Amino acid sequence: MYAQMVKTEAKRVKSREEMTPEEAAFQDRIEAGEKIEPKDWMPEGYRRTLIRQIGQHAHSEIVGQLPEGNWITRAPTLERKAILLAKVQDEAGHGLYLYSAAETLGVSRDALIAKLHDGSMKYSSIFNYPTLTWADIGAVGWLVDGAAIMNQVPLQRTSYGPYSRAMIRICKEESFHQRQGYDILIKMCLKGTPAQKAMAQDALNRFWYPSLMMFGPSDKDSVHSAQSMAWKIKINTNDELRQKFVDQTVPQAEYLGLTVPDPDLTWNEDKGGYDFTEPDWAEFYAVLAGNGPCNRERMAARVAAWEDGAWFREGLMAHARKAAKRGVAAE
Amino acid sequence: MAEADLFEFLTRMGDNTLILGHRVSEWCGHAPVLEEDIALANTALDLIGQTQLWLGLAAEVEGKGRTADDLAFLRDAGAFRNLLLVERPNGDFGQTLMRQFLFDAWHHAMLSALCQSADPRVAAIAEKAVKEVAYHLERSADLVIRLGDGTEESHGRMQAALDDIWPYAGEMFLADATDAAMAEAGVAPDPAALKPVWQATVGEVLSDATLTAPDTDFSHKGGRIGIHTEHLGYILAEMQFLQRAYPGAVW
Repeated sequence: MYAQMVKTEAKRVKSREEMTPEEAAFQDRIEAGEKIEPKDWMPEGYRRTLIRQIGQHAHSEIVGQLPEGNWITRAPTLERKAILLAKVQDEAGHGLYLYSAAETLGVSRDALIAKLHDGSMKYSSIFNYPTLTWADIGAVGWLVDGAAIMNQVPLQRTSYGPYSRAMIRICKEESFHQRQGYDILIKMCLKGTPAQKAMAQDALNRFWYPSLMMFGPSDKDSVHSAQSMAWKIKINTNDELRQKFVDQTVPQAEYLGLTVPDPDLTWNEDKGGYDFTEPDWAEFYAVLAGNGPCNRERMAARVAAWEDGAWFREGLMAHARKAAKRGVAAE
Repeated sequence: MAEADLFEFLTRMGDNTLILGHRVSEWCGHAPVLEEDIALANTALDLIGQTQLWLGLAAEVEGKGRTADDLAFLRDAGAFRNLLLVERPNGDFGQTLMRQFLFDAWHHAMLSALCQSADPRVAAIAEKAVKEVAYHLERSADLVIRLGDGTEESHGRMQAALDDIWPYAGEMFLADATDAAMAEAGVAPDPAALKPVWQATVGEVLSDATLTAPDTDFSHKGGRIGIHTEHLGYILAEMQFLQRAYPGAVW
């Protein structure tokens, strides 16, 4: 999940009786499974919530290039280097689709980026953790992309047309990303040396709980979550998705011969899923507040890229204006 | 033609794409605009893909049981055969772009000629690569023109980049005994023969970009025989880290 704790501005979800005729007609369309398109009428809260959610997702794709890019120049084989480059290129492409989807709601990419840089918009907490070893690149693909897919697959059915279509494209590529991450770990755990296997276990130890945090804290009583679900811009609760992720991931860890770093992890026959330890939510809030291991570095890198590139963007704009002028003069 | 000459030629091709691919990939996540992050990753990916083909064939021709990965990750700097140009540090985006443009203009001319190689394995790699490199050249030439003829600042940066990298361009056209053997066997063109095409491409683009090539023929050289700048050692220290730290491990 690349969008965590998206606020809706709702104090409570309106009942039918409280809705204006426009709001009621809009809600009917949502419930009938119709897609809302950019020029359609929509409540202001729906529009603003979507901008926050899609923007946060786009920012996550862009900041997410950094921890993975950290290992491109050190990838251990030419094939791994090529695959990782292709993956990171996809992530930047996802950022592009998502910013474009947000633009259909009347906000420019530059305005969203400015909000990322001034700290008023967030990106996923997971990208504030460092990639310390090559096994971390495996763990990021397996766990981080795995958690993202868990959320994004249902979002293919989200009510806003451009977002839904972006998600359909993104999900195809994300499943390849998850497989490449898991494949890195298969090689290290099943064909590797004891040192490589230890590296993989260490990566799982460090990425397990931060991955569980990606779904956000329990939102079963959250008014924002209820409103987003009524609008179908959120399809499942955070707890449902986290449970599904744990149930899917534990057997994959077992196949690799790795131990999930949770001594209380047990299969619960009654619910047909695992009981597991919640992540440390104090750590989660600290990371969101800017005190994760890499928050400052990630933002400094993005801001520097933007500021150092100002002359480049201005140069292209100036050339376009000159070319347009010459075009007019030539007519 | 001796197999040793062919091996030497193939490592020159593959080391150029490997080292430039490495440099370009250093930009990941740091480009001035999202479209450039995508374009740079795509360019690096093409170059690494071409490296797999050139070094794969080099390893096969050598016949000592080494692989493309062995050549990339287990040779020391003195065995690398890339041009000094491609190991130059990225600098600002203008320096990265100018390095790319001067290389692309040569690379496209070289690959176009290699499509006619008497060695069908070489021709097959060139035919695949030349399609990718045609796009690299189109992109880098277009950006050089737009930035050269953009603002005063972008013009100044592109001119400074050109002045900085120009003394590393001439090495592309120098020939030695390996090149003579390749040319005689019809495997590869005489490097000097590529110069008129390169000059025409570069001259036209620089003129449109309102940039001026330095008036000097001086050229640094040595990369093609394994005498590099100080920069290559650091590139390899980073690139080869895992293979060196965990000898014999599979990844």
